[in-house]
This record gives sequence, C-alpha cells and structure tokens, in this order.
Amino acid sequence: MYGYTGKYLRINLTTGKINVELLNEKNAENFIGGRGLGTKMYMDEVDPEIEPFSEDNKILFVTGPVTGISAPAGSRYMVVTKSPLSGTIASSNSGGFWGPELKFAGYDLIIVEGKSEKPVYIYINNEHVEIRDAAEYWGGLVTDVTNRIKEATDPKAKVLTIGPGGENLSLIASVMNEKDRAAGRSGVGAVMGSKNLKAIAVRGTNKVEVYDKEALMKTYKESLVKIKENGVTGSGLPTYGTAVLVNIINEAGMLPTNNFQLSQFADADDISGETLADKFLIKNTACYGCPIACGRHVRIGDGEGGGPEYETIWAFGSDLGINDLNEIILANHMCNEMGIDTISAGSTLAAAMELYQRGYIKDEELDGMKLEFGDAASMTEWMRKTGLREGFGDKIALGSYRLAESYGRSDLSMSVKKLEMPAYDPRGVQGQGLNYATSNRGGCHVRGYMISPEILSLPQALDRFETKDKPVWTKIFQDLTAAIDSLGFCLFTSFALGADDYAEFMNAATGMNFDGESILKAGERIYNLEKLYNLEAGIAPSEDTLPPRLLNDAIEVGPSKGRVHELGILLPEYYSERGWDSIGIPTEKKLKELGID
Amino acid sequence: MNVEVRLFATLRLNRFKKDFMEVAEGSTCNDIISIIGIDVNDVAILMINGIHSNLSDFIKDKDIISIFPPVGGG
Repeated sequence: MYGYTGKYLRINLTTGKINVELLNEKNAENFIGGRGLGTKMYMDEVDPEIEPFSEDNKILFVTGPVTGISAPAGSRYMVVTKSPLSGTIASSNSGGFWGPELKFAGYDLIIVEGKSEKPVYIYINNEHVEIRDAAEYWGGLVTDVTNRIKEATDPKAKVLTIGPGGENLSLIASVMNEKDRAAGRSGVGAVMGSKNLKAIAVRGTNKVEVYDKEALMKTYKESLVKIKENGVTGSGLPTYGTAVLVNIINEAGMLPTNNFQLSQFADADDISGETLADKFLIKNTACYGCPIACGRHVRIGDGEGGGPEYETIWAFGSDLGINDLNEIILANHMCNEMGIDTISAGSTLAAAMELYQRGYIKDEELDGMKLEFGDAASMTEWMRKTGLREGFGDKIALGSYRLAESYGRSDLSMSVKKLEMPAYDPRGVQGQGLNYATSNRGGCHVRGYMISPEILSLPQALDRFETKDKPVWTKIFQDLTAAIDSLGFCLFTSFALGADDYAEFMNAATGMNFDGESILKAGERIYNLEKLYNLEAGIAPSEDTLPPRLLNDAIEVGPSKGRVHELGILLPEYYSERGWDSIGIPTEKKLKELGID
Repeated sequence: MNVEVRLFATLRLNRFKKDFMEVAEGSTCNDIISIIGIDVNDVAILMINGIHSNLSDFIKDKDIISIFPPVGGG
C-alpha cells in the first residue's frame, strides 16, 4: 500500500502479546484513516454496549494516509474508543509529531486491548516493540514523565502520555503528546488509565512510500502557495494564534460568560490573542510539516511552555468571569501537566460556580477554597485538585453534567451528550448551534465549524441569525471535516484548501481515485457510521439537543439580544438533508447508498 | 456625529485599539476606513454595533464600528 504503511500493531496488555497485522485495503478506501478507519475497526471489534473502563474495551491510536508525508500540516492522529464521559464514539484528535513518528516506525495504527496488572508503557523502536514497567512514572506529571521516558528510551523518541487525570479515571482526562499537544476531548486519557497504560514512546526511522512522488510534490507546492496567500492561514493564525477570536466573538455578543449566563465580557481585550502576543508570546510553534505555526510558546510564571488556545482562554477566562491572562496561562499549564481537557475542566468549574452562586453548593464542601465567578486566584489550585481528585476536585473530575445532576440541576451543565460545549453561544450563531446539537461526540466546535461562514465570512458570509440554508451547510461542513480528520490533515488547512485539494493529496499519496465529490461522500459515510455507533451504544436520538437555557432564555444584552437557538426549526430540515428519518435515524436507503452494511 | 471605532489584530499596529471620531452625517464605513488609512483589501470583517455590515453601509451617531483583518481559529 502507498500513503499507508499497510501494517498495524495489536498489543494485548493482559497477555503481553504483540502482533503485527495487515491493514484491510477495502476499509482504508472506504473510511480513509484516522477518525473514519479507527471508528470502523473499533466497531468491528468491540461491543457497543461495553463499559468504557472494562478490560474488554479497546483504544486505538490511528494516523491517516497523509500523516507524515509531504503534505501541509499532515501531523494528526486520532484516539478512538468509547467515551467514558459521553458514552458516544470518541475520536480525539492531536497534532505535534507523535503521529508522523508512528508512521516512520512502520505502523498506521495501534490497537491496545486488555488491561495490564501493573502500570506499563509501550516502547516502539521501528520493528522492536516492548511493554515496559512504568511503576516509576505512575503518578508523574506530563512534562517530567515525557523527559524521563525519552531518557530511558531514545532522546529522539516522541512520547504520548497520560497525567494523573487519566490514572485517576477522571472522565475529562486527555492524552498528551510532546508535553503540550492534547487529544483533549471525550475523556480518552481515562481509558488509557483504566488499562494501566501510562505512555507510548515511538521512534521511527523509515520513510512512508507514496504512489506518485512527482504529483505529490506538485500538489504540495501549490497548496503551500494557497496557504501562504490566504489571509487566515498566511497571516492571522501565525501572528495571533487561535486566541485572535476572543475579540471577534465578543464584539458579536456571543462570548459565553459566567457559564453562559451572559454573552459578552467587558474585559475581553485583556484576555485576547492580541494581549497574549503583546505580553506573553516568546515564539510561534508548529506541528509536523505545518507552514501555519499557530502554536504559542509563552512565558509561564518564571518559566516557559505551551500557551493557551482560544477555547482554553474562553474556558478559564470569560466563562469564569476572569480577566487575568497570566492566571489563565497557569491554569492551562496545570491542566496540561495533570492531563485534563481545558475545555471540559473550565466549563465544569463554571457550572460549579453557578451552582455555588445559586446556593446548591455549600462552603463546607470546599475545604476553605473559593468558588466564585471572577476569582482567578483559586483556578489553578482547582485544576490540581481535579487532576488528583482531591476534595471537591473529585466532582469536577466527572465533568459538568454529572456534577450538575448531583445537585438536581443538570440543566446548568452547558453540554451536549455530556460533552461540554466550547466558546460560542449558539443563540447568536444558528448553524454552529445545530452543529453542537448533532455532533457525534457531543458538544464539539470542530465537527462542523460553522463559525467560518457565519462569523469569519469564509468561504462566504452567511447571516448568523438566519436559519435558512444552515442545515445543508452544516451537513457539508461536518462531512468535509470527517474526511479531513480521517486523512490526517489539520482542520486549519481548510481555511485555504477545499475538497478537490484533499482529493489530489489522497490520490498522489495512495494511488486511489478520489475527487472532491467522493471525498465528501467518504466523509458522509464516516459521519453515518459514527451515528450508527451512537445508536447501538444507547445514545437516544433525542440527545441531539442543546441545554434548555439556550433554547428558552433569550440573550438579555448585547448584539445578540433577544435571540434563542431555533433548533426546532433547524433539526427536521437537517435530518432530511442527511437522508435520515424524522427522529434522526439513518434510513436503510441512505446506508445502502453509502455502502454501510 | 460621533462614532466609536475599534481596530483588531494587525490593524492595530501603528494605529489604535479604540478611538472616538467626529464624522459628517451620511458617512459610510468606507469613509471611516479611508480616514484611518486602512487598505480596503485588509478588511475582512466589519461590524456595526456587533452586527456584520458592508463597507457601503451608512453609520449613525453613537455607532460602534469594529474592523478586523482576515483572522480565524477554532
């Protein structure tokens, strides 16, 4: 096979058995790689009703056909398993260098199954694969463990690890690679923790063979020009990173503040990408093969390291009523060290603050700590307690839905399918709200990033308050994203590249025969497969919804004043666009059309 | 009439974050941009009072005009 290595590892932690198996070419063609292929292989092997922390559950680390080849930002891998937070399929995406290194070692993916009796890590050095004792690393923070495992294996190894959050089975635990890149969402780190698997270190020195080197280089050069000439990827993202969105979203009156009680934050500029660049930025960082380099390397207290993304700044900033960027950077760093998802952690803390504000949480539960909107001083300590599940941190570690439900107010969890929604108030942006409600992993902004047309006017401007045409746009964005996530590209390339460009990369890399239309069709196939998984896993179609606050309570002040989310209008048309029945179940006809058995 | 103009991202460089300007009745966003000296090609998003608007839209007294270059994230 070209583009793919054609091989994958199956590692059983119960028996210690390690096998190299051959990739099924038909599956690769139908489901591409990454998110799609991972979901297909996971579904073929694991009972959808499985308890996520059961020994019989599996966790897959899956690259795509452009991961590690000459493709811009072809850096991504996906962690695929059943989410312990939402019970949906979890495909948690990360960049950096770990995914390409796995390809260089000779493997498209790893299936980890079983459960080790004691803490272990996996070391892959090309064809040599070992399960090693990890007793000395268990309990360790992410940076320290990464450094020590590199010392113990190879200084050039790329290390993926969980922190205490994953070990302690926090339902919002992330998988971290190269210290500060995160497969953050859906609690995938806890599934690693449940298997007593601390880390996977990889060293690879092979090249990935591609089908047509000349065609690939031509497509690569043309795409670099498009990325450099595009205002967002050529200038906006490199200069200010993702946090440049803080001011835009706030100006539009849809920056969730104090757990979505408000939609504008008076001090937004204090926590903006502009302020981050002025006061904290040391240098940009880039993932493997990325010409954009949106990553922020910043001052952290007396040291330095990975800085916060837009979503994190929102979660620890306006959503908590906090205007202190230094404290936000410290909380982000603590989450990275603990291996917990910044979006879910910040949003859960916001729900806790509202529960406290409304008198549900009492002072005696808090070990003398404060839990009030605007209190920046306690935030990092709350994150430490969450990672270690100490005191009230034990409740934050379960995510906002379970926390709010335990006080009889699940409506105060700003989540969809128990996954916390990020930084855009759906009442001010109808298409993005529809995407939140219908995302197969719950409240996720990057399953169909409708902010692009509705706020950024890309590739064309859509009126954000309108419901008309939003279902068809949302479906196209979701399908294209599913394909991009499966190819191994970073989603940010899509500001400059389109489905036809992705098809050219796929063909040059693999020798397969795609065009823009069939790339979108593959994305649609993947989206439907994920939906089928969720249905089989017991996720009711009625969970395609938003928190009642967003459907019933109009925004009170600001540019989005008077708006609620119009899901009741959007959802039937969306299901119809998808070829699903009236309650959102894929029809036999649609599944047959997509070639899903 | 008096309007508030807010600049963001690279448009702030060598200019300002926020300024109040006295402009003639019947002015458009285009007029504001040319007074400040911003190249129209550098303007990707324009809002009047937080609502997406066009260069040719008229402005009123006390309006807030927010101007952004091409930016994105997620």
